Amino acid sequence: MGEEATALPEIDLDKVDEVVDPFLGKKGIMIPVLQNLQEEYGYLPRPAMEKAARKLKIPVSKMYGVATFYAQFHLAPRGRNIIRVCKGTACHIQGASKISDRITEILGITTGETTEDYRFTLEEVACIGACALAPVMTINDNPHGRLTPDRIQEILDSYE
Amino acid sequence: MSKVKVTIDGREVEVPAGSTIYEAAQQVGVEIPTFCYDPELTRVGACRICVVEVEKARALVASCAAPVGDGMVVHTESERVVKARKNILRLILGNHPLECMTCQKTGDCKLQDYCYYYGVNEAGFEGEVKELELDDTNPFIRRDMNKCLLCGKCVRKCEEINGATAIDFMNRGFISNVGPAFDDPLEESPCVFCGLCVDVCPVGALLPRESIGKGRPWQVEKKEVVCPYCGVGCSINLHIKDGEVIDASAVEDSPVNRGHLCTKGRFGWDFLQSEERLTSPLVKQNGVFVETGWEEALQEVAKRLTEVRQKYGNDALAGLSSAKVTNEENYLFQKFIRELGTNNVDHCARLCHSPTLAGMEKAFGIAGMTNTIEEITGAGVILVIGSNTTETHPVVSYRVKEAVNNGAGLIVVDPRETRLAVEADSFLQVRPGTDVALLNGLAHLIIKEDLVDQKFIEEKTEGFEELKKTLDGYTPEYVEKITGVPAGELREAARLFGAAEKGSILYTMGITSHTSGTNNVLSVCNLAMLTGNIGEESTGVNSLCGQNNVQGACDMGALPDKLAGEHSIEEKDTGLTAVEMMKAAAEGEVKAMYIMGENPLLSEPHLEHVQEAMEKLDFLVVQDIFLSETAQKADVVLPAAAFAEKDGTYTNTERRVQLSRAAVAAPGEARADWEILCGLANKLGMNWDFSSPEEIMKEIASRNPNYAGINYQRLEESKGLQWPCPDLGHAGTPVLHREGFARGRGKFHPVEYAPPSEETDSYYPLWLTTGRHIFHYHTSTMTGRSRGLGSHVPEEMVQVNPEDASRLDISGGDTVEVASRRGKLNARADLTDMVPPGTVFMTFHSSELAVNFLTSDEMDAEAKVPELKVCAVNVRKAEQSH
Ligand code: SF4
Ligand code: SF4
Ligand code: SF4
Ligand code: FES
Ligand code: FES
Repeated sequence: MGEEATALPEIDLDKVDEVVDPFLGKKGIMIPVLQNLQEEYGYLPRPAMEKAARKLKIPVSKMYGVATFYAQFHLAPRGRNIIRVCKGTACHIQGASKISDRITEILGITTGETTEDYRFTLEEVACIGACALAPVMTINDNPHGRLTPDRIQEILDSYE
Repeated sequence: MSKVKVTIDGREVEVPAGSTIYEAAQQVGVEIPTFCYDPELTRVGACRICVVEVEKARALVASCAAPVGDGMVVHTESERVVKARKNILRLILGNHPLECMTCQKTGDCKLQDYCYYYGVNEAGFEGEVKELELDDTNPFIRRDMNKCLLCGKCVRKCEEINGATAIDFMNRGFISNVGPAFDDPLEESPCVFCGLCVDVCPVGALLPRESIGKGRPWQVEKKEVVCPYCGVGCSINLHIKDGEVIDASAVEDSPVNRGHLCTKGRFGWDFLQSEERLTSPLVKQNGVFVETGWEEALQEVAKRLTEVRQKYGNDALAGLSSAKVTNEENYLFQKFIRELGTNNVDHCARLCHSPTLAGMEKAFGIAGMTNTIEEITGAGVILVIGSNTTETHPVVSYRVKEAVNNGAGLIVVDPRETRLAVEADSFLQVRPGTDVALLNGLAHLIIKEDLVDQKFIEEKTEGFEELKKTLDGYTPEYVEKITGVPAGELREAARLFGAAEKGSILYTMGITSHTSGTNNVLSVCNLAMLTGNIGEESTGVNSLCGQNNVQGACDMGALPDKLAGEHSIEEKDTGLTAVEMMKAAAEGEVKAMYIMGENPLLSEPHLEHVQEAMEKLDFLVVQDIFLSETAQKADVVLPAAAFAEKDGTYTNTERRVQLSRAAVAAPGEARADWEILCGLANKLGMNWDFSSPEEIMKEIASRNPNYAGINYQRLEESKGLQWPCPDLGHAGTPVLHREGFARGRGKFHPVEYAPPSEETDSYYPLWLTTGRHIFHYHTSTMTGRSRGLGSHVPEEMVQVNPEDASRLDISGGDTVEVASRRGKLNARADLTDMVPPGTVFMTFHSSELAVNFLTSDEMDAEAKVPELKVCAVNVRKAEQSH
């Protein structure tokens, strides 16, 4: 993995044109544009936002304001695999924080961070409605329930 | 409008339906606290400190946003209200750094005032304190977001008034914050440092950096002066402590700027206190300056001027007056030169304004911006041509912004994609120097599509048929070939302009500084008359003057062909213009020059000539506030008082004569220009007995019929008077040509497109166009000495389109050589698509990089304006970077 621990993936700004061009001249399009940009890049790279704002003649401060307001948008690159540890009441009581601590121990990242090799991003969610299986986490939307700290390594290993 | 009755704290009042409770309260003199409310901004009702109790309503309501209802009974300080306000204040204090002891805002802080009033001094709970980094990297504004209340007024000022939209809210919840995109420092954002946000911040989150630690509000005296920078003529309050200026703010009730300023007016005052101010007269002896007393210096000047007169005749003298000094001083200067027996007097408006004088006089009979700045807000469409208004006349650009917010259409014609161009409905990116073709093209289409104002043309104008003939050939396709503007875009712009009820045209040097300057102005006039956009509110041909007293200097007759007022001089007696003076000096015909407050060694085109000319003079006297490049060449230097150090009037671009009073003392021995002139005149036996500028104004009023009704008392009582003001009972003239044109009928002048004086070729394949940067002003004599303005944007760059750059193998930041047929210089390249391929752009502020070494001194045949705006250049990577 060491050799993969490189810096940011190269950003192909030509893709901004593909995303933005269909929206040119239309109104009320900031959110869909950001969604599509995020779809394209996995997150919202600064140069891509700047280029999109310029093309759409939207002040970049406005675009940044919207992008940081909604939790759905990410301003930093995220990992290939997104871990979401449930911090709902049931999971909390069943020891969710021990689960996060173990993940932090193995991957060296805390909530909101991404590993240097972009393999994992660690996030928190509120109750996902699987309280019966508490404590719970999802990885790329696959639920993993009845967790104990010693099962974590094995589960993480199954994601590339 | 229907009215409703409300009762506020027991007082009954009738207000228009739709007013807010807050507004109603103001009418009965009840003050309600506010944080997020500002009368000129969108109401957001965010902070809730303004809550009041309305009888029969269950919840408290935000008075700044809630409308009044008929019969409403309001209590603004009831127990419930006070409790709610206290709670809000406690919540704020919970995470507000309690630094009142050292905070610059103390005494002027709303949070402090309200806490004092309601007796709140602690949160009463342990709040989480923010630890955001201070943004202290720029020279103007210190941002401490830990003190921010998130009222959002700064965001709205920046977006709704300035239009820079440099800042916005970011994040949510506790960590939400206000600032530039990506949380960058202000300096790296589109912020233009107008300071509007600083002045509206209710707390100490945004502070003027220079003022920190220099004085408390109660130690400060505010004195009103007119801004010394551009032709808008904003009124500024200088904040003075112990005779020293420590801050400035906009005058709220000025009809010109109503509470707004730009970075120059807001932060550019500190040159007053520069160490480099001249404080004593200097006389050159054996090549070095020696400080002398006034008596000696004036004696020397009188003696040397007399010698030259006796030896070579009166016309061997020439004088350059200044668009930066008062009307009174301009009047005296030209009077002085003329009493010496020559008409060789001019000033730098020659470089920008004279085509306007020449063109408008021909078309309308009288020259001057036809309408008032404020009227721009009411226009249906605005055509901005050859004016980067945002940078050159920022406060005017706020009005354009306001008009656009009100729904006006915006057309921008410029070689560069300026900020207004970005916001425009129609942006026509013309090749430099092809404006006549473009304007003719617009006029052609307006006739063709029958968008002309037939009634106006028939009743008020002449020459329409001839114009029509000339315009016939200017089809969109032909125009496209010349200007590079696609025919379709030209059509759209013509329709937009032609269809609007009220069209206002704005222009500046992009139109005038060309060999075709006068023709450009004439075609602008044609367009306005065709569409009937003259003589009515919110229309007009609105020429924006560069310096703060260009209009005044012209009105005072600081011109070789005109006396104060409309009196023209017979052609055979006309004196030399500014550029001609330099040529005559180089040829040895002019032997002595008197230069007041001007710096031709930077501002005149084709600098090498000017330098030679100055060196050839027998005698040069320069009167200035700094030892400018020109002053260094002088034999005698006379130290002058600056704008805030003397009484006098200035006439702004909209013909408004405004009185500015001395606010601080001049440094050392420096004296007001009018005093110096009087002293000198009397040394030369002229017997002047003016004891104050007020007395000089009396003489002006008797000479210039447009000023006949103007005196200091009236100026003091009004907020300035717009000429023509023919008698003491006259209220001034906001709109020219309302009752018809001064020359009888407005005259259409058919003008043909002529290419710029030089062409590009294979050696000089690119167009160079020059302009101004918002942080700098003309030749930076003042801004360069302002700590903030001088240090911001320290390096002059040449803007190159990335397409050209890649062809020339230039990367951003490379040092390149820019060469014209006259000279060359090195500068670093800034790659940007603000300039179109084939065109490069430079400003003309810095003395290190005098771009006027490159420009041409070819002149407009009529107005004698040199072509500063275009010349052909070659750009290549410099051999050696340095
Ligand atoms: S100084 Fe002016 S441009 Fe800069 S953020 Fe404040 S309001 Fe906006
Ligand atoms: S910085 Fe000042 S004006 Fe801006 S939101 Fe904060 S408190 Fe309001
Ligand atoms: S717009 Fe002009 S007059 Fe107003 S503050 Fe700026 S420089 Fe001064
Ligand atoms: S609390 Fe974790 S799934 Fe409900
Ligand atoms: S002032 Fe009314 S809600 Fe802020």
